[in-house]
Amino acid sequence: MKKIAVASGKGGTGKTTVSLLLTLIASKKYKVQLVDCDVENPNCHIFLGSFPIKKEKIGVFYPVINLEKCSFCKKCQEVCEYNCLLVLDDNVLFFPELCHPCKGCLFVCPEGAIDEGKREVGDICWFRESDNIYFNYAVMDVGEARANPLIEELKKNLENDVDLIIFDSPPGANCPMVQAVNDSDYVILVTEPTPFGLYDLKIAWSVVNKLGIPAGIVINRDEGEDKIITDFSSQENIPVILKIPFSLEFARLYSEGVIKADFFPDIEEKMFNIIESI
Amino acid sequence: MKIAVTSTGGSLNAQVAPNFGRCAYFIIVNSEDMKFEPISNPGTGMMGGAGPAAARLINDRDCKVLLTGSVGPNAQSALKQFDIEVVTGVSGTVKEAVDNYLETQK
Repeated sequence: MKKIAVASGKGGTGKTTVSLLLTLIASKKYKVQLVDCDVENPNCHIFLGSFPIKKEKIGVFYPVINLEKCSFCKKCQEVCEYNCLLVLDDNVLFFPELCHPCKGCLFVCPEGAIDEGKREVGDICWFRESDNIYFNYAVMDVGEARANPLIEELKKNLENDVDLIIFDSPPGANCPMVQAVNDSDYVILVTEPTPFGLYDLKIAWSVVNKLGIPAGIVINRDEGEDKIITDFSSQENIPVILKIPFSLEFARLYSEGVIKADFFPDIEEKMFNIIESI
Repeated sequence: MKIAVTSTGGSLNAQVAPNFGRCAYFIIVNSEDMKFEPISNPGTGMMGGAGPAAARLINDRDCKVLLTGSVGPNAQSALKQFDIEVVTGVSGTVKEAVDNYLETQK
């Protein structure tokens, strides 16, 4: 089984476009699972036709302090890197939005005064698009601050009988992006040939490079003037694996929620080359 | 009585810092003799929860009053638990802030 993450620094460069094209094309030969890791704003499902076959709430740990047992020793407060527990003389304050949830407090409490609570933070959905396409996404509840527990839940629900898993990463180069690309075999960095695209590509590459994952660049909306990206590519020795030409018609269809895998005829072969080279 | 003031520097002439949890220094002033102690705020480098940690810090130093620009919601509830009086919207130098506060208490 191969795992490919599709990431970018800048938002709106075409991660979802590339993820969907890759999924649709790969499914001609392989069993594929597409995982939309952009839990703050998932959108792959807009382009796919199927309905969820299962939906579940995602809960994350939070400490429930049993004040009858608590000796107010402050060990939980000391271990918490995010200061989400405040031990007073006769009470313990908990700040749920600061909790990361590492369970450190549960581990160090000498009195067994901490119980495991569950707090709902969002939903995870399962789809079966076709015989060869599994699809999952998760979506955060309004008001939640942390995407990582949802991405973690998505990664716990990978299919065993597929040949290829594609992670559509959230934009940026922060914790959720790291969680989405981490443990994949290859990262596709999608960019556009603009100074903005290059700037954020550099940041995204610095993260992927540090994680030690091989990567290739996809230049989206290419109109021939892509020297700033190809210069960076040869300087850093990351291959440009695909160029997607700018097309108003493709963009118009996309804006209506339609993606056509055969719109650009020569992409198919290159996509299979990418998959087979991993 | 001890008064904590968030500050951009380590002296009474430094400006009051506009934020509580992530300010550079706390100046702890004793209102009886105006002696003061500057404390460098470990919260500037914290991963998160600098507000509640700062509340803990000034409570550990027996401060009864906090003078600052603004206080976040988490810090607010922690300060309330510690029964620390909070005055926000404060600006100018640390000394001016303390003098003005003491003036209102007369």
